[in-house]
Amino acid sequence: MTADRVVRYRVRGPLVELTRARIHELTREPEAVFWVFVFPILLAAMLGLAFRSRPPEALPVAVVAGPHAEARLAALGAGPDLKPVILSEAEARLALVQGRAVLVVSGDDTPSYAYDPTQPDSRAARLAVDAALQRVAGRADAFTPGNTEVTEAGARYVDFLVPGLLGMNLMGTGMWGIGFSLVLARNGNLLKRLVAAPVRRSHLLGAQLISRLVFLIPEAGALLLFAFFVLGVPLRGSVILLVGVSLLGAVAFSGLGLLTAARPRTIEGVSGIMNLVMVPMWIFSGIFFSTERFPANMQPFIQALPLTALNDALRGVMLEGNGLMAVLPDLALLAAWGIVSFVVALKIFRWQ
Amino acid sequence: MHVADASPSKSALRCDGLVKHYGEVAAVNGLALDVRSGECFGMLGPNGAGKTTTVEIFEGLRDPDAGEVEVLGERWHGDGLALRARLGIQLQETKFPEKLQVGEVLTLFRSLYPRGLDVGEVLALLSLEEKAGAQVRTLSGGQKQRLSLGCALVGDPELLFLDEPTTGLDPQSRRQTWEIVEGLKARGRTVLLTTHYMEEASRLCDRVAVIDHGKVIALGTPRELIASLGAEHVIEFEVGEAPAAVIEEGMLHALPSVENVVRDGASWRLTVREVHRAVPALLAALAERGAEPTALTTHHATLEDVFMSLTGRRLRDS
Repeated sequence: MTADRVVRYRVRGPLVELTRARIHELTREPEAVFWVFVFPILLAAMLGLAFRSRPPEALPVAVVAGPHAEARLAALGAGPDLKPVILSEAEARLALVQGRAVLVVSGDDTPSYAYDPTQPDSRAARLAVDAALQRVAGRADAFTPGNTEVTEAGARYVDFLVPGLLGMNLMGTGMWGIGFSLVLARNGNLLKRLVAAPVRRSHLLGAQLISRLVFLIPEAGALLLFAFFVLGVPLRGSVILLVGVSLLGAVAFSGLGLLTAARPRTIEGVSGIMNLVMVPMWIFSGIFFSTERFPANMQPFIQALPLTALNDALRGVMLEGNGLMAVLPDLALLAAWGIVSFVVALKIFRWQ
Repeated sequence: MHVADASPSKSALRCDGLVKHYGEVAAVNGLALDVRSGECFGMLGPNGAGKTTTVEIFEGLRDPDAGEVEVLGERWHGDGLALRARLGIQLQETKFPEKLQVGEVLTLFRSLYPRGLDVGEVLALLSLEEKAGAQVRTLSGGQKQRLSLGCALVGDPELLFLDEPTTGLDPQSRRQTWEIVEGLKARGRTVLLTTHYMEEASRLCDRVAVIDHGKVIALGTPRELIASLGAEHVIEFEVGEAPAAVIEEGMLHALPSVENVVRDGASWRLTVREVHRAVPALLAALAERGAEPTALTTHHATLEDVFMSLTGRRLRDS
């Protein structure tokens, strides 16, 4: 820029300028861009790869070396469901412990099975091995059943995962994005300086919220487009409802972010509170696995968490094609969290 | 451009009986001031004297425990947005967002004020045109301080608060800041600045209030304050080996043209009317007692000497 060139600066209203400044700050922070846009896509891709749908695999079973070992190996290897090997007694036990075999068959006169009944694969192997050996020993099948194979799109792990990741991202960026910037501004006297200017406090906080919602578009968009077009995740409900749910989720978590940032003066302080708030939701709110895994007496707590409501609503719209009425209870819970957080945050907010 | 009220007696800022406690400590303890419209008024005092607390009460950022404050003829109540629009404020230290450009920060602050200067004009005033597109994180300490000054100017305020505008700056940046403030004075703005640099106060300020322990302990033009010492020169000397008893206050007082004697550890400070008469007499008196000065300096009396004669302490611990 040359000194003699007259640069005219266009100045818009305070809300617009505050929002613009916040967006400039975010987009110029490479780390923020990574965590907001790249990380969820990477995570979805990696987890999708790890838990990809595979053709049914033969179950590995071990036969202990002995007089009947060869015969049993042949009987078990005849069908497609089992993959038997002959091992010494010690090796077979080790293989079972390490998970390289899901069941061990003895090699002596009467077959005996060693397996872990808490493992679905072990139980399946127990049925398949027993049926094969009984059949070889002369038991006749009473009938031959017909088989219809059903693999439904939308029932894969990655389909379950994507709405959870979207929910997690809406929580994370809502809370970090608002919380960090407010505490940083408070810590560096910027908040005090802004309050000393003739600007409404609602504009100062409103700009934070608006910039957050502006960011929601590319952030949720990138993950969803990747999920639809690359991973083939279905969207069974309405796009508008999905956008609406995401928007409400972003607003609710911005409220929680505002609340966690209402008092702390330091980044360390706010980080501690944020982790305290978010870690339980990472675990309990059904991001990576269903909330139903937790015992029934914990469910009232789990179902009251805002991220549980958001994830349920997102999954309902994307995977089950739920309409507005079906997700309304979840949305009401989210809205309640958002409103209560905003109100309490404004009451206790430390402006300097 | 705003035209300041020409009547010199009109108050831009007035406070009386101002008190503010932090726990047991009284940061401000019955402070009274009257800043006239169009003047540059300095609050000079050491760290912890209560200057910042006082200024933040003026700025409507803190409530006093007791006392009256009137800013531009108004009192603080409600959100005070209308009054804030008439004030320019530079806090002691403000960290602007690192990734924003200088022009963007000024544009942001300009947007907060209902009227004010053009951003380009402010950049020129600050000599920061070249840095308009540079991010805040690339600025030097002096440039950041000027940016902060710019944010105080961009609303074209009637009354400007500058809280230690040059603390921590190198001499060149300090002079640049002084020139900007002198430009504001020339445009008739009322400026209230706090400082613990006596040089800054005597160069910029029409009147100075010396503040200590939350109170005004002296008030006047820099010239009046120095004149109150009764003498214009200061001799400082140290005597190394000689036993302390050899030199005592009475003997120094008796020297020609000496007005005041202060002992500060191993060193002595004499306030004198005429250096050329006092120094030979001092050296002769010392020689007579077998003492030899290890250091001897003389200077024109400053506000620092005023502060020392009032409190027995230095403005800054150096």
